[in-house]
Amino acid sequence: MLGIVRQKMLEQSLKKIRPAVAVLRSYSSAAKQMNVREALNSALNEEMSADSKVFLIGEEVGEYQGAYKITKGLLDKYGTERVLDTPITEAGFAGIAVGAAYYGLKPVVEFMTFNFSMQAIDHIINSAAKSNYMSAGQISVPIVFRGPNGAAAGVGAQHSQCYAAWYATCPGLKVLTPYNSEDARGLLKAAIRDPDPVVFLENELLYGESFPISNEVLDSSFCLPIGKAKIERKGKHVTIAAYSKMVGYSLKAAEILEKDGIDAEVINLRSIRPLDRSTINDSVRKTNRLVTVEEAFPQHGVGAEICACVVEESFAYLDAPVERIAGADVPMPYAANLERMAVPQVEDIVRAAKRACYRSVP
Amino acid sequence: MAFSAATANFNPLNTPSLRSHDNHLVTSVSPSPFFGSTAKLRLSSSPKFNVHRRSGSVVAVSEAVKEKKPKSTPNLLITKEEGLELYEDMVLGRAFEDMCAQMYYRGKMFGFVHLYNGQEAVSTGFIKLLKQQDSVVSTYRDHVHALSKGVPARAVMSELFGKTTGCCRGQGGSMHMFSREHNLLGGFAFIGEGIPVATGAAFTSKYKREVLKEVDCDHVTLAFFGDGTCNNGQFYECLNMAALWKLPIVFVVENNLWAIGMSHLRSTSDPQIYKKGPAFGMPGVHVDGMDVLKVREVAKEAISRARRGEGPTLVECETYRFRGHSLADPDELRDPAEKSRYTARDPITALKKYIIESNLASEAELKAIDKKIDEVVEDAVEFADESPVPPRSQLLENVFADPKGFGIGPDGRYRCEDPKFTQGTAHV
Repeated sequence: MLGIVRQKMLEQSLKKIRPAVAVLRSYSSAAKQMNVREALNSALNEEMSADSKVFLIGEEVGEYQGAYKITKGLLDKYGTERVLDTPITEAGFAGIAVGAAYYGLKPVVEFMTFNFSMQAIDHIINSAAKSNYMSAGQISVPIVFRGPNGAAAGVGAQHSQCYAAWYATCPGLKVLTPYNSEDARGLLKAAIRDPDPVVFLENELLYGESFPISNEVLDSSFCLPIGKAKIERKGKHVTIAAYSKMVGYSLKAAEILEKDGIDAEVINLRSIRPLDRSTINDSVRKTNRLVTVEEAFPQHGVGAEICACVVEESFAYLDAPVERIAGADVPMPYAANLERMAVPQVEDIVRAAKRACYRSVP
Repeated sequence: MAFSAATANFNPLNTPSLRSHDNHLVTSVSPSPFFGSTAKLRLSSSPKFNVHRRSGSVVAVSEAVKEKKPKSTPNLLITKEEGLELYEDMVLGRAFEDMCAQMYYRGKMFGFVHLYNGQEAVSTGFIKLLKQQDSVVSTYRDHVHALSKGVPARAVMSELFGKTTGCCRGQGGSMHMFSREHNLLGGFAFIGEGIPVATGAAFTSKYKREVLKEVDCDHVTLAFFGDGTCNNGQFYECLNMAALWKLPIVFVVENNLWAIGMSHLRSTSDPQIYKKGPAFGMPGVHVDGMDVLKVREVAKEAISRARRGEGPTLVECETYRFRGHSLADPDELRDPAEKSRYTARDPITALKKYIIESNLASEAELKAIDKKIDEVVEDAVEFADESPVPPRSQLLENVFADPKGFGIGPDGRYRCEDPKFTQGTAHV
């Protein structure tokens, strides 16, 4: 509950920050910057010090300080019993973590990228997600699987897939996709405290990006609710729903659209399962037009699910067909120019929004 | 393929002098044929099997009884209470599984049902040595593991019938038996899936002792799985990590030589599974899984090793399933001669003979146990029959420990707060 109150306060404070730099000076609450990497690191640090049942397990999380330096400093602080470097055994260590979670420990499993989670997907789905149901509530699995998801830069087809839609189909899992540092901190803390299995999909390219952050976020009991999306930018002409890196692109697209007189509302989904259907529908009922943006493959993706839910619940409010922006329906190519074409860019979002507003023919 | 009979040639064991607890389990077996009960682990101070001191042979229980030299009061391996407990547990397993077959063919049970007939010695031999807080992880052939661990027969039978009074309220089924109270962690349909979970439970035991400072936490985990699983990657990953971190776990291979229709010898490059233990730095032991006393001896050693914190053990139990892989398996590929050879080594008959011939109990007492078990099983069936099926509202329950996982409904509130949610009418 507190998280929601904080979130509202934050929304208001962030709204005031956005328009002009000059305004910043008068609001001391929003002066700090923090990048996503630090946000995740601090969240892990705080949760590990608060609860000795939390432990980290994964490849290179200890001595290497984390493959992407997310777990930097944690081995020195908590020791080898709580920060476990594993051999290259995704299926094995994911299963071990699930077994430990059966007994109430709170593992945070790091996959070097979520592509490697496919080697452990049996444990994520079959022994983690389904256990509470199969055992009729006797065994809950308070585990977090986290790691970078989606395309990076030039890493090729086997390292670039986005798994949000895959994990979001499975009941029993919660799937979170943070965008900025506030999301990263709040959602990771919520995920670690949550008694159910959570798949926490980060994005490698966002790790280094800094975002302004308020004092509320820095508080060690800060937590965001799971299952609530956030309206990053209020608007009235078209709704753009996105998650992870695409939220940043959508915000840039919204600035471009503003010059053309289209006031876009950008929703940061934050939580793919459970999907915040009510926020999306309320927004669509207000703007009557929807663009969904994701980096993943188009078929059976998050955008398809959002479209279906809007059609089911707010069909009469739609003034235009739902526009769906997704990655190209091909394995990720390596060449830089092809890779750019295979992932949505800001111009694609702008064009889609204009199409939804009947401003241009594609 | 020819199996030598139960009394195969034995190679003299070279370890009688090694009394220390550790080394005897690392006994290497010289290359004798794998089939049949080949020579095995260390020989305990059990003059019951005193034959081996001379010839180094380990024989089935029934053989030992025959060849026993008439000495004065032999040291028996078990007391009367233990003997009766073992007997009762094995008979419960057998009677229960036979009843499952009957119920299946009458249509009361459905889906996949995998029966454990013939392997009771492994379950009883190991699980009866555990405390309540120790955990057991199994595969889909888990009814008898559940019963041995203490889950009431009524709860297991109801679960199989899919009734709401089952141990998992009918939501798990034959292959997914869970019990928090008895620390039975399932019940996994994917072979090999349970092994990392068991390793994790063992990890928790160690973590509790070292990090959470519960100094007397010495819980042990047993992972049961078959010969087919021993070719799966997860098995090796876990052997490695369990040995690396010295986890209190015993890996119990129920080698019944068949994975559905795939013979172990056709699918495995080196069929001697116990040898894979030392490759990872843990002892590997082979034991005759049709003999509950032998299994119990090995189990005692392996479990106490784990409790002392010395790490994992790999125990290969040579056993056999009298029925097919599941009740839907026509079981055409197995040689009837092989089946009859193993049926002659039925663990229950062997134990019964041992008990009677060492005057631990009379035939009448054993018959009384048989009768009692029959009644227990009948009662379980009646209870399951009369139990209600799960109500519609149960469909959406237990998906999440925190039910907010169903998200926010169209009215803006969490779906789980909608009073109609568990009536199955709430739209998800």
